[in-house]
Amino acid sequence: MVSVLGDIYSVLWVDLRFLRRHWLRTLATSIVSPILYLVAFGFGLGRGISFGGYGYLDFVIPGIIALTAMTGSFNGAGMKLHVDRIFYKCFDEYLLSPISMFSLAVGKTLIGVVRGLLASVALLAVGIALSPTLIVSPLFVLVLVTSCFVFSFLGVLVGLWAKSHQDMGTFSTLVILPMTFLSGTFFSLSQLPDPVKAVLYVLPLTHSSESLRAAALGQPFPWLSFFALVGFGLVFFLGCLLALKRSNV
Amino acid sequence: MEEMIQTERLTKIYEGISAIQDLALTVHAGEIFGFLGPNGAGKTTTIRVLTTLTKPTSGKASVNDFDVVKEPDKVKKVIGVVQQHLSLDRDLTVRENMEFRARLHHLGASERKRRIDELLDYVGLTENANRIVEKLSGGMQKRVSIVSSLMHRPKVLFLDEPTVGLDAQTRRRLWELIRRLNLDGTTIFLTTHYIEEAEALCQRVGILHQGCLIALGAPLELRQKLGLVTVETLVNNKETRYQYFADRAAATSYVQKLPSEVKTIIIRDSNLEDVFVEQTGQKVDGD
Repeated sequence: MVSVLGDIYSVLWVDLRFLRRHWLRTLATSIVSPILYLVAFGFGLGRGISFGGYGYLDFVIPGIIALTAMTGSFNGAGMKLHVDRIFYKCFDEYLLSPISMFSLAVGKTLIGVVRGLLASVALLAVGIALSPTLIVSPLFVLVLVTSCFVFSFLGVLVGLWAKSHQDMGTFSTLVILPMTFLSGTFFSLSQLPDPVKAVLYVLPLTHSSESLRAAALGQPFPWLSFFALVGFGLVFFLGCLLALKRSNV
Repeated sequence: MEEMIQTERLTKIYEGISAIQDLALTVHAGEIFGFLGPNGAGKTTTIRVLTTLTKPTSGKASVNDFDVVKEPDKVKKVIGVVQQHLSLDRDLTVRENMEFRARLHHLGASERKRRIDELLDYVGLTENANRIVEKLSGGMQKRVSIVSSLMHRPKVLFLDEPTVGLDAQTRRRLWELIRRLNLDGTTIFLTTHYIEEAEALCQRVGILHQGCLIALGAPLELRQKLGLVTVETLVNNKETRYQYFADRAAATSYVQKLPSEVKTIIIRDSNLEDVFVEQTGQKVDGD
């Protein structure tokens, strides 16, 4: 157990050194888009709109935090791994060392979690300043951390799967971008017809947004959505282990 | 003699194409073994299989008596690998890259520091320890790659085209380093497509062509089989022909009897390129 934790930290250590050197740039690039969404949707488009007794800003901020957790974790875990694997080709160094696939997958996931949390917390600070009604409860933190793990696992999986930079771009365009706009981040899914709703519940960000929003606004907590989110995380993690196992075929 | 690497009918097929085929190879402990062949001959695939990065399609391979398929973790503990491309993290310093490798191989904090200082001193990079790898010259980066792969004191060092892209002076410095490592007890398995590199460094070479081992032995032994002296002739200003002789007297005697239309006669020592050309009809650089 100690050895597994040590190996996980060894994998994380190298990415933390990189983050320490580039933390400001990393943070800035992670929160620019969410802040633009906040300004455009929260202040621009959404002014005067209310959802279930909440102002649009109160409604949209938890969704944007979920979105930030997704992009920060996905890119934080997947992009560097992908670049190290395809462009710099230094990912083999991990495979040449006697550490387990489990430690490698978790270690590579944790840097995504760290980066996702860093960006989310920065946005949360902005959110609390703009919407003081936001509740940062232990449940909120649990959902946020879980979301970071889920999307970080996805980042590692895609980073291991992609055979080229185009593959990475294609995934972002076909999966991450639609998820950004359709997963209940900016609007309530209750307004949509049931078939559309059913499709959108296949996206993990939908469950992350709904759970985070419920926790932040003190609404009844959608445990089913939370467990669905955990389920996505497990599937992505198993996918990571499988992708690593297949890496020496 | 103790065997460090052994392969038996080792084959790797990618999408129906054999990258290596029925490779039977033995590398002795303590030697510098060179794998010579043109690009695409299967040298890197062989290294990837021997270092557990790629699974063979069939056949067997072992390093230090550990099976590369069944005991990959044991193999990883006794090997160091320097890949053809720079496999360092370019955004980190020299020391950070070395520390990273040391951590992956479970070296404790005090041992990490001692080993990093020792290896930096070994290759004369102590003053560059805190420089970002990206800012170093190609030769320095290669030296960092080599010492990073030595953190856990491997018994065998695999070097895939170690001097490709380096200038002549830097190449010779790396040769010195490789010889020193070998004298200090490390078995070296290197691939190259530079004839002079194989001849200068290796006690034995294997020549690989289209995935098949076509010659194996000491460079002098392989040359002796062919003839130690080569005569190059140009026929009708078009075709270069090669003839091989046991010694210069036999070569000179042959040249004196050549008809007048045969021009540009060169008499020189034979080399491993001649061995390759004779076996394959092609040059090692692919022409």
